[in-house]
Amino acid sequence: METLLLSGNEAIALGAYEAGVKVGVGYPGTPSTEILENLKEHKDVYTEWSVNEKVALEVGIGASLGGARTLVTMKHVGVNVAADPLFTVSYMGVKGGLVIISADDPFMHSSQNEQDNRNYAYAAKIPMLEPSDSEEARSFTKLAFELSEKYDTPVFLRPTTRVCHAYSIVNVDKNKDKRVEIDKGRFERNLKKYVMIPAYARARHFIVEDRENLIKEDANTLSINKTEYNNTDVGYITSGISYHYVKEAAPDASILKLGMVYPLPEKLIKEFCSKVKKVVIVEELEPFFETRIKAMGISVTGKNVFPITGELSPDSISNFLGKQKETPLTINSKVPPRPPALCKGCPHSFVYETLGKMNITVAGDIGCYTLGVLPPYNGIDTCVDMGGSITVAQGLELTDPSKTYAAIIGDSTFAHSGITGLVNAAYNGRKNLIIILDNGTTAMTGMQPNPFSGETIQSLPAEPVNYYHLCKAVGISDENFIEVNAYKPAEIESAIKKLLATKKLSVLLVKGLCIIYNKKKSKKQ
Amino acid sequence: MKVTNILIVGVGGQGTILASNVVSYAAMNAGLDVKKSEIHGMSQRGGSVFSHVRFGKTVSSPVIPLGEVDVLISLEEMETARWLDYLNKDSKVIILTNRIFPANVTVYPEGIVSEISAKLTNTIAIDPKKYTEKLGNEKFLNIFLLGVLSKFIQIPDDCWNKAIKSLVPEGTFDKNLEAFNAGKNY
Repeated sequence: METLLLSGNEAIALGAYEAGVKVGVGYPGTPSTEILENLKEHKDVYTEWSVNEKVALEVGIGASLGGARTLVTMKHVGVNVAADPLFTVSYMGVKGGLVIISADDPFMHSSQNEQDNRNYAYAAKIPMLEPSDSEEARSFTKLAFELSEKYDTPVFLRPTTRVCHAYSIVNVDKNKDKRVEIDKGRFERNLKKYVMIPAYARARHFIVEDRENLIKEDANTLSINKTEYNNTDVGYITSGISYHYVKEAAPDASILKLGMVYPLPEKLIKEFCSKVKKVVIVEELEPFFETRIKAMGISVTGKNVFPITGELSPDSISNFLGKQKETPLTINSKVPPRPPALCKGCPHSFVYETLGKMNITVAGDIGCYTLGVLPPYNGIDTCVDMGGSITVAQGLELTDPSKTYAAIIGDSTFAHSGITGLVNAAYNGRKNLIIILDNGTTAMTGMQPNPFSGETIQSLPAEPVNYYHLCKAVGISDENFIEVNAYKPAEIESAIKKLLATKKLSVLLVKGLCIIYNKKKSKKQ
Repeated sequence: MKVTNILIVGVGGQGTILASNVVSYAAMNAGLDVKKSEIHGMSQRGGSVFSHVRFGKTVSSPVIPLGEVDVLISLEEMETARWLDYLNKDSKVIILTNRIFPANVTVYPEGIVSEISAKLTNTIAIDPKKYTEKLGNEKFLNIFLLGVLSKFIQIPDDCWNKAIKSLVPEGTFDKNLEAFNAGKNY
C-alpha cells in the first residue's frame, strides 16, 4: 500500500486513469486545470487542450460514441460555453463512459461569477456527483464512469475549489488498483440515438425521463449517499466540502451526506428526516437541496441562517451553533490591501500605459490582462466573459459611431472565442481597434500551451495559427494589421495612432513572452 | 489527539507552496492524517497567499477554523497582520521580517512586529538579511523557518529529512538540511 498526499485534481486524474479513461480533453480554467495536466503524464491516455469547452465536449462526445471512456474538464463558467452540446448529449447518451468535470468556484477566488452548476445537472437531466476530499475525488470519478455506462448518460463530477486545491491522503494498492481496460467496441451507426432531428429527439426525451426516474430511485441505495446516526437532536443534510465543515464543528451530529447531488434520493431523505428532531441543510451557494427537500413537505433550516453568497467554513457551522470563541487579537497598525496585480515587469503593461494616455474606452477580457483594470493602469472598462472584449466593443460602437472603441484580449482567449467576434466585426462593418496581447502561453491558469503557441499539451510541436493570415482572411487589409514588440512603447503608441487614423477595423498584435513562462522555459533548457 | 494547525502566509512567489508541502509530507511520513488547503490562480499574481496545513489522527476540514492556529509562519512582515483572526493567546508566530510593498503603496506600516510580540509572547521575528548571509542563499530561508517550526511540533527528525529530500530541487538537499538544522538550533 502506498500513501500519497494528493490534491483533488490529482486524485481525479488518478481515478480516471484507473477507470481506464482513454481520452481526456478540456480547456484550462481555475480550479480545474491540473486535472488534465496530471492525466497527460500517462502516455496511454490521449489528452488535449481543446480550443474551448464547447469544442472539448464535442470531441469528448465523439470519443465516447467511439467507445472510449472519456473525461472532459472545465471550470463552472466553461460549462456555459459547452451548454449547447451538453443538453443534447443528455438525450443521446454514451457508449464509452462520459464524465464531465464542472469545477465550481464559490467565493470567486479566480472567476467572474459564482454560479452553482448543480442547476445544470437539473436543467440537462444529467446525474451529478460531488466529492468532499481527494480519496472521494478519485473513487467518485471511477464510479461516475460506471454510472455513465450503466444508465447510458453523461455524468457530472462537481468538485469545488476547496476540493480541487486541497490535499489529503489517498491510499493506492498497486495490486488492487490497477487500470481497468474496458472494451466497448467502436462506433456503431444508430441514427435514432445519435442523430437528434426532432422526430428522433422526441423519442429520446421519453427515454431521458425514464432514465432520470430510475437513477432517482436507485439513488436511495447508492453507496455514496450515506447516513451517519449520532445525536438525533439535529440532522444535517450536506455534500462536498461542507460535509467536512459540519464534521469539524459538530462531530457528534447525525448527517446525511449526499455523494450524488442530483437526482436526490427522496426515500432516503424522508427516512433520515423522520429520525431527527430538526433538519439543517448545509450547502454552499444556491438553496438547491433546500428547495427540493421543502417540496417533499419537510421543514428545514437552510438559507435562512447560511448565506447564498461566498464559501462556507467550519466557522459558519460553529456560529450557527452559537459556539463562543476568544475575542480575536487586534493591533493598531493599519495594513494596506494587497490585491493581485499584473506582474512587475510584465511586458504588456506598456499597452495599458499608452491607452491610459490616449483616453480610449477599452472592452477587456478574461485572463491576466483583466488585472489591467487595477491601479495604476485602470486600463479596461468592461469584462464579461471569454472573448467578450471584441464583441462588447462592437456593441459600444453602435451607440456612438463617432468614436473608436478598443478591445484587449490575450492569445489563448482570442483562440477560445475571440476569433468568432473578429469575424462578426468584419462581416458587420465595425471599425474597432482589436489589441491582441500575445504572451506565448495561457498564463493565468499556469502556463498551458494554446493554438497560437506552437505546442500541444504533451509539449509536442504544433503549427501555430498565423495571426496575419487569419486577419487577412476575414478581410483586414495590410494597412490595418500591425505587429509590434511589447518592449517598444514608442512603437506601440505610434501603431495605435496609425490604426485609429484609418477608421477601419484594425488588429494590433503585441508580442512579448510572459516573464514567468520565460523563466520556466530557460530553467528547463 | 488534537489536530495541529499550521498556517503559512506570504506574497505570491515567496514559496509558501513548497514550505507547506514539506510540513505536510513530514506529517504524512509520521503516519498522521494530513490535509492542506491553498488557492491557485488569480490570487497568486502578486497578491496575498496562504496555505493551511492540518495534521493529527483524523482531520476533517482542510480549512483551519478561526482562532485555532497553533503556529503561524509569515514570510512577509505586514502579511502577518492579515491573519490575526486565526490566532489565539497561545499561538506561536514566526515572522520573517521581509518587506514587500504592494503596488501603489509607498509607506510601509510600522510597528506590526512589536504590537504582535507585545500581545503574543511566543513571537519570533527573524531578519532575512542576517540569515541569508549565514545560509548562503535566500532560497534556503523557508526551510530554515521550518527548522524553527519543528521545535514547536512533534514530528520526528527522520520524517522531516525524508520530506525535505523528496521535495527540494536535486542537488540542494545538503544545503537545505543544513538550513533546517540551523533553524532547529535557533
